[in-house]
Amino acid sequence: MRGDLVLRVVAKLFIPFMLLFALYVQFHGELGPGGGFQAGVIIAAAIIFYALIFGLPDARRLLPESIVEAMMAGGVLIYAGVGVAGLLLGGNYLDYFVLDPDPVHGQERGIFWIEIGVAVTVSGVMVKIFYMFAGRTHDPED
Amino acid sequence: MMAILVLAMAVQRNLFAVVVLAGIYSFLMASVLVALDAVDVAMTEASVGAGVSTVLLLGALYLTKGEEAKAVSKTGVPLLVSIGVAGALVYGTFGLPAFSDPDAPIHTHVVPRYLDESLKVTGVPNVVTSVLASWRGYDTLGETTVVFTAGAGVVALLRRRRRDEAQR
Repeated sequence: MRGDLVLRVVAKLFIPFMLLFALYVQFHGELGPGGGFQAGVIIAAAIIFYALIFGLPDARRLLPESIVEAMMAGGVLIYAGVGVAGLLLGGNYLDYFVLDPDPVHGQERGIFWIEIGVAVTVSGVMVKIFYMFAGRTHDPED
Repeated sequence: MMAILVLAMAVQRNLFAVVVLAGIYSFLMASVLVALDAVDVAMTEASVGAGVSTVLLLGALYLTKGEEAKAVSKTGVPLLVSIGVAGALVYGTFGLPAFSDPDAPIHTHVVPRYLDESLKVTGVPNVVTSVLASWRGYDTLGETTVVFTAGAGVVALLRRRRRDEAQR
């Protein structure tokens, strides 16, 4: 599909808005519908869209596999790290009240960071699974 | 309409058509969830069910044949089993409280507390987010770990295959 001019132009138009929408879903998740999981999937969808139109090698150059693999584990670590931060600040594990002198702000801060962790892991896993499937060539012996 | 789609998916032997029908089914399911005011779930259904998983299934289809193989065994016993299970599930729904019944156990147990205190305690107006991330923080940590484990499993499975091919 690399030669199709219409697809390429439309993809270039769409992808920035998809990423922007993902960020909106991520950071507006506290007020409206959405949150880390949905935002992560939308980010992954934007990258998969890019890979479908411009080819897998270009997508791999845009977002190398090493970064994707680091994202998979990094998100869980961010999430678990918020819990450990609560421990270090004198609370229980995943206790957000101690993250800020004002307990309500602490809650907001904790939710903000764990949503980022969820988004990072989900988008990393989705993109990685797509890379693994799309990277395999057709093998008639299977 | 969704029932027609499911029947079409069961009858259809061309897997490409089945994948496309499954995508349409996911979009319909997402609109049903919007109608039920579960916008967060609808968003997930639309993006995962209709978007990413359709692409993944098409990618898997590229690696296999496009036609479903003829069933080897007889279909009588599996049909009986699935009708039996479906009957049991439908029978189970008769025991559920009526739809949007205010006295249903789910509305009288912890939900009022969540709805009343969510904004005060967490400062987050979206109750879904505050329950997921704060009250049920451990569960969500587990879910994230499950997603990570699933990804790691796929990586482990497909990687080994590639190394085998290199050795051959």
